[in-house]
Amino acid sequence: MDSSILRQLKKIAGKDAVLDRPEELMLYEYDAGVDKHRPGAVVFAQNTQQVSQIMRLASEKKIPVVPRGAGTGLSGGAIARREAIVLSLARMNKILEIDVPNQRAVVEPGVVNLELSNATVKHGYYYAPDPSSQKACTIGGNVAENSGGPHTLALGVTVNHVTGLEVVLPDGKVIELGGKAQDSTGLDLTGFFVGSEGTMGVVTRITVKLTKLPEHVATLLAIYNTVEDAANTVVAITQSGVTPAALEMLDGWMVRCVEANVHAGYPEDAAAVLLIELEGMREVVEEQAKAVSEVCLQQKAREVRHAKDEKQRQLLWLGRKTAFGSVGRVSPSYYTQDGVIPRTKVPYTLAEIERISKKYNLIIGNVFHAGDGNLHPLILFDSRDPKQTENSRKAAKEIMACCLKFGGSITGEHGVGLEKMGLMTAMFTEDDLEVMVRLRNAFNPESILNPQKMIPDLHFCREITGPLPKARIEPVEGVQA
Amino acid sequence: MSETTAPEPHVHDSLKPVVAVHDRPSWELLSTCVHCGLCLNHCPTYKLLGNEMDSPRGRIYQMLQVNEGRMPLGDTFVTHIDRCLGCVACEIACPSGVKYGRIVERARAQIEQGYKRPFIQRTLRNFFYNRVIPNFDTLRFVAGTMRFYQRSGLQTLVRKSGLLKLMGVADLDRLSPQIDREFFFGEIGKVFPAVGEKRGTVAFVAGCINNVAFSHLNRATLNVLTQNGIEVHIPQGQGCCGALHAHAGLRDEARELARHNINIFLGGSYDAFVTNAAGCGSNMKEYDDLLENDPAYLSRAKEFTAKMKDVTEYLAGIGLRTPKRKIGQKVAYQDPCHLANAQRIRTQPRELLTAIGCELVELPHSDQCCGSAGVYNVAQNELSMKILEKKMEDVTSVSYDMLATANVGCMIQLRAGMEQHGLKTPVKHVIELLDEAYASS
Repeated sequence: MDSSILRQLKKIAGKDAVLDRPEELMLYEYDAGVDKHRPGAVVFAQNTQQVSQIMRLASEKKIPVVPRGAGTGLSGGAIARREAIVLSLARMNKILEIDVPNQRAVVEPGVVNLELSNATVKHGYYYAPDPSSQKACTIGGNVAENSGGPHTLALGVTVNHVTGLEVVLPDGKVIELGGKAQDSTGLDLTGFFVGSEGTMGVVTRITVKLTKLPEHVATLLAIYNTVEDAANTVVAITQSGVTPAALEMLDGWMVRCVEANVHAGYPEDAAAVLLIELEGMREVVEEQAKAVSEVCLQQKAREVRHAKDEKQRQLLWLGRKTAFGSVGRVSPSYYTQDGVIPRTKVPYTLAEIERISKKYNLIIGNVFHAGDGNLHPLILFDSRDPKQTENSRKAAKEIMACCLKFGGSITGEHGVGLEKMGLMTAMFTEDDLEVMVRLRNAFNPESILNPQKMIPDLHFCREITGPLPKARIEPVEGVQA
Repeated sequence: MSETTAPEPHVHDSLKPVVAVHDRPSWELLSTCVHCGLCLNHCPTYKLLGNEMDSPRGRIYQMLQVNEGRMPLGDTFVTHIDRCLGCVACEIACPSGVKYGRIVERARAQIEQGYKRPFIQRTLRNFFYNRVIPNFDTLRFVAGTMRFYQRSGLQTLVRKSGLLKLMGVADLDRLSPQIDREFFFGEIGKVFPAVGEKRGTVAFVAGCINNVAFSHLNRATLNVLTQNGIEVHIPQGQGCCGALHAHAGLRDEARELARHNINIFLGGSYDAFVTNAAGCGSNMKEYDDLLENDPAYLSRAKEFTAKMKDVTEYLAGIGLRTPKRKIGQKVAYQDPCHLANAQRIRTQPRELLTAIGCELVELPHSDQCCGSAGVYNVAQNELSMKILEKKMEDVTSVSYDMLATANVGCMIQLRAGMEQHGLKTPVKHVIELLDEAYASS
């Protein structure tokens, strides 16, 4: 990075808020996904004004900027593609206001998701979207990716819980979208910004809804001897008119993997388990739990267990919430997929994944938000083996193709980012994409913010027919081994 | 790599490794990290500095880069590895079971073996690790000198003079332990009979610094154990456990001390080996990891670790006898990292406090590090003080009569925090409270 730009960045944010040495920049070349690229500089903003000044500078000098929270994303949204500035919002981590009577909180983007709930629980409220990374991921990142989580089946994803945003545009202009009110007047730009993956503006303040803690929660674990029975139960539960707060599925391989790690009490000989949670008024929940239990047994569940107390409930969830990490115990690397299918297609899709697994000789574990058909197949591989790495990408692509074939989508909640951009043309027509590009250009005309992410450039997408870009580990200039 | 001969164990005047082992975190250990980042918000230095380099995930990534030759084993790497407290809160947060504590100790050994620290640092480290703590004669001498400084009125004079502030070492002075009038060395080698019906026999690990600065705590431990029907032996010849060496990357020295203690403690017939220091306990429970490449010692190391117990763990295990009197006070408990995170001992100290009639008050974030971390509060004083400041926000957010913890390092740090805030709230070891409950009136 040009030294005069580094000097100016330091002038804006302070000397200890800019990283420019290769051995520091290497630490910002990854997120929780598979792609790696080293940025040209990292700057830590501490307030909106600094973000605005940084954006103005970047626009003037035509340097791309990639906003970053905790770096727990899985689609490369926080990875700088070119000699870009990574704009870290991790130090903007204050909860600015908790407005209990209006059920709102105002936070800076670097606030960790779970910490907001921890701060509001004493008032009887919490922040509902609960991605599995909630103890580390930031709300700013959640806004960018429109994150979901197990409990978004009944309550909705991030976009349903954000009512207002303060956004810095690429030219440094600061705009306010929405506010504390439920409905915004004019175009719903708040909704439009949520999920834009940092390609439209930098979010510097977020107004979110707080949700009242449920009076009662029932957590059930249904155990199956076949995956089909579990999948059929998902359809049957929704048809019965009950919408669980969460409806999660783990296949047998995942169950054994989780058990080896946390001993959540899942039976290791199961072919699949469903984790079902119901919440609301006590009487209603108890009735629903009974009804759901019956549906499970009708669909040939071999057993349905009810968590007796909060401790048992937490233990059952621990298994689900640590599922991804548990895979790390048995495999040096894994590639997390995020596809969506209509829930009626779950059995067919799982059979297809099984076929793909055999074809490439790679283990694929399945854990997913069954209620909304959001699959997370985890492809295990060893990153030291180029053939396996290549095959994991091929397998991923086939799984995505399968989701599209069944009328689904290429991402449920992890975002398109760098990883899935090449698949956008398979999902959208050129006209669809052109409208997206026009919208993006209205805010980010010169592609200063998060360039070459999410929406492929039109001339670019015509070229995409080949394999997805490969993860690369590049030698670092300026560092002597 | 593997050691084939069993060296004759003995404590040296100056520790020199008998067999050189080249330590570094292996790819197998490092690759369990899938860089998901769930550890970040549990790491005190990441929370404070907000840098990926000072997070567990970032540190592991740097180790991988160093091993692969993409990053030099140089100043930057050493800075970020040095800044790690070793509190292993990240291990609790990690879904993949990354053994971060073991990893960082190996990385520190790799630094010791492949990086030359500045002269003054090197000399001080050598003096402290190789001369003072492993050799009880030198320790006695150094402690005696410090005792003179503290008790002759010299310390008061120096403190009043403002000289310490001028030299920028006022915090360090506050963090130095108060040296005892009477050392504990004289008790080593003795046997203390059980009071009443005998329920067990244990060997007590007297520690190193404890002998000169916490001998009253050691005596309290003896009293509580014997009052609970335990015969306590303090095996002659025992030495420093090597925890500080292992944490500082001096693994060969730590191995030497481990072999020595294994020989001493396995030489008698005991139900358990008991310590009142969380850091020592967690290290001694990992003797088998330390000696994994020493076939002559590995099985004995495993035998040793199976018997190693923290005193709170041991007492809660056997169950307390009815105390002579109840401590009717409100007590908050701060979890020592090396007890709660490294040994996963959380409920036992609380059970003991409740059993002697304390009204337990839960501190917010009681499982977050206070910044003491062995010698961290001296070696990384500035960061340590910032971490302590955060801890004090939690410590002062609830009301209670007394703050209890279960490790001397944490006690010193928390007392310094109380002093800085002008608070008179006593900070005590759980065992000291138990001792009061079992004291003959």
